[in-house]
Amino acid sequence: MSTALAPSTAAQAGATPLVRIRDLHVTFATRERTVHALNGVDLDLAAGEVLCILGESGSGKSVTLRALLRILPRFARISGRIEVAGRDVMAMGARELADFRGAQAAMVFQEPMTALDPVFTIGRQIAEVVERHEGASRAQAEARALELLELVQIPSAKRRLSAYPHELSGGLRQRAMIAVALACRPKLLLADEPTTALDATVQIQVLLLLRELQQKLGMGVIFVTHDLGVAGEIADRVAVMYAGKVVEEGPVGPFMAGPLHPYPRGLLASTVHGHMRGRKLQTIPGAPPALSTPPVACSFAPRCPLAEPACEAAPPPMVEAGAGRRARCIKMLPA
Amino acid sequence: MEQIQDLGGPAQPLLALQGLIKHFPIKGGLFGRTVAKVRAVDGVSFSVCKGETLGIVGESGCGKSTTARLLMRLMEPDAGSMIFDGQAVGEPRAGGISLRDYRRQVQMVFQDSYASLNPRLPIEDSIAFGPLVHGTPREEARQRARELLAAVGLSPQQFARRYPHELSGGQRQRVNIARALALRPRMVILDEPVSALDKSVEAQVLNLLVELKEQFGLTYVFISHDLNVVQFISDRVLVMYLGEVVEIGPVEAIYDRPAHPYTRALLASRPSMDPARRRLAPPLTGDPPNPVNPPSGCRFRTRCAFAEEVCARSKPTLAAVEGGHLAACHMADPASGHSRAGREVAAA
Repeated sequence: MSTALAPSTAAQAGATPLVRIRDLHVTFATRERTVHALNGVDLDLAAGEVLCILGESGSGKSVTLRALLRILPRFARISGRIEVAGRDVMAMGARELADFRGAQAAMVFQEPMTALDPVFTIGRQIAEVVERHEGASRAQAEARALELLELVQIPSAKRRLSAYPHELSGGLRQRAMIAVALACRPKLLLADEPTTALDATVQIQVLLLLRELQQKLGMGVIFVTHDLGVAGEIADRVAVMYAGKVVEEGPVGPFMAGPLHPYPRGLLASTVHGHMRGRKLQTIPGAPPALSTPPVACSFAPRCPLAEPACEAAPPPMVEAGAGRRARCIKMLPA
Repeated sequence: MEQIQDLGGPAQPLLALQGLIKHFPIKGGLFGRTVAKVRAVDGVSFSVCKGETLGIVGESGCGKSTTARLLMRLMEPDAGSMIFDGQAVGEPRAGGISLRDYRRQVQMVFQDSYASLNPRLPIEDSIAFGPLVHGTPREEARQRARELLAAVGLSPQQFARRYPHELSGGQRQRVNIARALALRPRMVILDEPVSALDKSVEAQVLNLLVELKEQFGLTYVFISHDLNVVQFISDRVLVMYLGEVVEIGPVEAIYDRPAHPYTRALLASRPSMDPARRRLAPPLTGDPPNPVNPPSGCRFRTRCAFAEEVCARSKPTLAAVEGGHLAACHMADPASGHSRAGREVAAA
């Protein structure tokens, strides 16, 4: 594995990253089958930085986020190192974890309807977080809940405090969940496809809100998405995952202009946009691997137009390409 | 079983809808009375030309999926008429076409590839099911199913006896497409057919749909919330908002010269892949209103930056605008009394 490499601009600049993940492995083992979901993930996030993890279903992007908060199911086997703000998340006990979640790092999920509790009002759910983590009185917590609803730009915030989740529209519900996540001013916000379930005109509102809040509050954000457009709107840096590994990483601008790794290259070419009418879309043949065994070679090689025997022989190392860019490919394309 | 012959010639629309209405009652109170109505589709008229792909776009609650179900006659409209190649649908005694014959010629592919296949049938049997019901001999139907599997890019030797859970999402959607083609339909309604697929697989299925259309001489109605996909596949595009058509026309006109402020906002809401050209402000605020109590007059006026008193008072009708397409906006009608009427609207 390439754990000796120190990823990211933050590490290069000498600052302590907000998040530091090294050689993270996650395996889901049930009686029926075993899935090697993460196979050696290394990631860094600087304070105040927005990192988008891009990938298709099964690539391990959501598992990485959940591992960060240690909210994976019991039968998941985790190994590797996870540090958030210098604290070893893997070594935390149940009590420490409960203090850590929500206060240091908070998560926004894709489906606000299932993530919010249907039997409590929005105001109560926010206040509860503040009471639990900051020991605030009920009145203080409720005042803070109102501030938070105003922060996430919910109209008639005062009235909405006493609304139940089902009484809100999809966009307002997602804003309310962001308010819950921000209740204790976390340094790290994790967002798992938070705008995927929203309508187009609402999605852009929530993206712009998240961008604004991130800048105002100076949070580090890890934003998981399958949508290149969403990454283009919000990311400082992009990490592309495939078959449980980061295959390319770098600043968003150069990445969008021309990825180094053949997988994101194919992904960008097969994404429908603009004036592609009448042309045949480029596709990536085949499908991602099933991950029932840990990879012993490049996982993308079977679908790769550039594959050669060496690609099937050993897992490729992460290769530095300068300017904070790197890709896990021995046939790396020139940028 | 062959495709049924064209009746009215190429100029006659394959399907013409007039004043289609579908309201869903909301029951409530002590005796289950109807307390309100969801106006899902509220007076929709358009036609689908022979051999074209008509894209339908809009946000959740705009009525696009209800429209699809009405087109397929999976539900009865409350009012309105449907004419299929000159024949009134569901009125065989008045010289029209029976629902049974109509459904042979119009088939549908749904978003959820798993839920729309019978989990207990091998996929070959699912594909052959329609032809069997319509009287095709068993062996012929099976043969046809295998040909269609090959046509959608799944090797019959390898896949014919598999069950839906043994396939990936993209493969299952190919099976659904094969099944829709089994009765040799003339028109296929595709309701968000690629929305649940990963991007690399989405491109494969879109290419396949384009090929099949050519190969089988099909007409598509393609429903999606993804504006990029609709732009790629459609010849004409119809934009819906709260149960009504707000704009319809050739794909270039809609995407390059949108006339309705809602269409403009929808197009401007697409995230940009270029980080140097990020959006600075959202084109619209708020969510689409609830279709239970839609606003009076123009239904978009509550979110429209150009709304005036006339927009609340009277409902704009679809009328020709510059660029040769139709839009329902008072600003496009010089006689409406809107202060911007007849003037080129400043880009929203």
